[in-house]
Amino acid sequence: MTSIKQPKPSKPLSHLDWLESEAIYILREVAGQCSNPVLLFSGGKDSLCILRLAEKAFRPGRFPFPLMHIDTGHNYQEVIDFRDQRAAELGERLIVRSVEDSMQRGTVVLKTPDEPRNKHQSVTLLEAIEEFGFDCCIGGARRDEEKARAKERIMSFRDEFGQWDPKNQRPELWSLYNARSHKGENIRAFPISNWTEMDVWQYIERENLGLPSIYFAHQRDVVMRGGAIVPVNVPLVSGGVINPPKVGEEVINMQVRFRTVGDITCTAPVISDAGNVAKIVLETATTTITERGATRLDDQTSDASMEQRKKEGYF
Amino acid sequence: MTNTQHNDSNHNDSLLRFMTCGSVDDGKSTLIGRLLFDTKTILADTLTQISNTSKKRGMEAVDLSLLTDGLQAEREQGITIDVAYRYFSTGTRKYIIADAPGHEQYTRNMVTAASTANLAIILIDARKGVLTQTRRHSYLAHLVGIPHIVVAVNKMDLVSYDQAIYNKICADYLAFAKEIGLQRNDNNEAGHNIRFIPMSALNGDMLVDRLDNMPWYQGETLLEMLEEAPAAHTEQSEAFRFPVQFVCRPHASDDPKLHDFRGFMGRIESGEIAVGDAVTVLPNGYTSKVKAIQLGEENLQSASTEQSITLLLEDEIDTSRGDMIVKTGEANEPVKQIEAFVCWLSETPMSTARTYIVRHTTRESKAKIGSISYKVDVNTLEQQTTTDLKMNDIARISFKLAQPLMVDSYASNRSTGAFIVIDESSNNTVGAGMII
Repeated sequence: MTSIKQPKPSKPLSHLDWLESEAIYILREVAGQCSNPVLLFSGGKDSLCILRLAEKAFRPGRFPFPLMHIDTGHNYQEVIDFRDQRAAELGERLIVRSVEDSMQRGTVVLKTPDEPRNKHQSVTLLEAIEEFGFDCCIGGARRDEEKARAKERIMSFRDEFGQWDPKNQRPELWSLYNARSHKGENIRAFPISNWTEMDVWQYIERENLGLPSIYFAHQRDVVMRGGAIVPVNVPLVSGGVINPPKVGEEVINMQVRFRTVGDITCTAPVISDAGNVAKIVLETATTTITERGATRLDDQTSDASMEQRKKEGYF
Repeated sequence: MTNTQHNDSNHNDSLLRFMTCGSVDDGKSTLIGRLLFDTKTILADTLTQISNTSKKRGMEAVDLSLLTDGLQAEREQGITIDVAYRYFSTGTRKYIIADAPGHEQYTRNMVTAASTANLAIILIDARKGVLTQTRRHSYLAHLVGIPHIVVAVNKMDLVSYDQAIYNKICADYLAFAKEIGLQRNDNNEAGHNIRFIPMSALNGDMLVDRLDNMPWYQGETLLEMLEEAPAAHTEQSEAFRFPVQFVCRPHASDDPKLHDFRGFMGRIESGEIAVGDAVTVLPNGYTSKVKAIQLGEENLQSASTEQSITLLLEDEIDTSRGDMIVKTGEANEPVKQIEAFVCWLSETPMSTARTYIVRHTTRESKAKIGSISYKVDVNTLEQQTTTDLKMNDIARISFKLAQPLMVDSYASNRSTGAFIVIDESSNNTVGAGMII
């Protein structure tokens, strides 16, 4: 070795720079290790962050994967419009597969016509994985969202039935991610595993990312049901309305925003006057309720309901 | 979009990854619960949830350990069987806690948690003092190269906050640390920075708040120690190591400027790089100069450890995923034989007859076991001869490689000194290696 000019020890990255860099690294590992990955994109805030991270990871090239949305048919018009707009702006391919198609095929059978369809997304997702032969799905799940996710791997292994076995996950050491799979098996990759809700909002603020309007304070007809605010008479993309008030419920027009966006029947807004991202960051810093606690009606069924759904192939 | 340099000098907003070593009996879950609770990370609905569970189980006070009690499968068994990650933030720093069970049969989980930690909290029960498991945890923290160790003497409330008991435990630990060469030497060249703290996680003494039960202890609280601990890669200067993850060649693009674009994408695992620096691409040894460094739309003049960037070189060099870009003059020799400490992670024992895959940085090679020098008893640190390796065993092993790897010793570089062993038939990660 010749004379080495010793570099000075580096300054640490800010936490957002560190998280960003880790996420870019994970996206590039997926691209490097998997032959046919796909990025799940719902138009929600977490997947919008991932799109931004994918730009930083792969531009000036195209993304080495298409985008895919599993549409329950019960999504807010604003979110669907935003989804399409964002995919078009990026010039990337967007695949949409619908739970309603699975219902027509008879692979999804609802108990009641207006039951939440979030859990049925698993079926449609697995069908789409098989249709396109995807070996990896990139998703926006975070470990801080829910107890069952705290032990989730960055590269999470699913068997041929899309099942997640918490006792049979690959050890993950250093940043040596193992995304190998045999045909039919599948990896779920989570680039923002280590992000919290606060990190997501801070990143949206820093990167000046656009969001569907329902994330910001707006007037909406709601009822109070079981301690949660439930939006009522929501127009559907396909026409018609969903979530009529039940007999005896009083419809109130309130200023609310959504902290998380999913199927209309199981996503509740919070009271808020935050009309911009800076105000949402402030609200997030002072809130007393977890993101899923007050806003996801489907997670409260039991203490372990997320874990159960994940075992069945859910994200 | 922002064009500011985010890591400017007055940015007091770094991230620290640390782990906790101990068993449920040492109050590890309570310690984590207390940190989350006292830093106001726990929100009202979660608190309601765990206080309901506490009541259901007939407990008087809220059991903070329930906060880290994750999966249904584990709750049924009443033990923690895997590594869980927790998050909190103080406004000045973001923390990622790796929470791993400490029993002997979970050595692999501890090694997993330790691999990304820059600080370890080793819990000692004040009533019990330095135990076999304390030695085990310390050895593993040492093996996996965690530079900062905080020895937390917990449950001081159960020994009447007695300073003499605390002092005795500290002295015992130091004697043991000296015996295995744990403590950092005066020149800061090797070993670990070791600190001690008395505490009661149950009461909250000396975690976030000092409280007034131990006026004899004038040192920092646990949170103060965490706030001041150096982040990874900030203490020593390291050679520049840039494993190529992905090559960007947007040839299909309509933009004629991009026709010749060839970007080498990856994360700087160590060191720094600047535009104009002379570089060598390994294993082939081609040389060139850095033409540009990009991060998203930004062009950087220089970049450093842990940044994910795109490097553009002056010359057209055939480079692909798995190659490593280093500074010319700092190159590490590609090798086809490595010697390493390996922790076996799989329920299927290692077979010396089989061929495995070694993944090192972004590179893979087929590998055969050369020889097993010895196995380490994690409790006594004795070296034992062995011919096989079972789950949770740690042994010194040599590998013969089909492809050359560009390695550094683990002691000098935790990224380029580490590898995993993959079983090709199951694709499982079955071993973790640290190069000697």
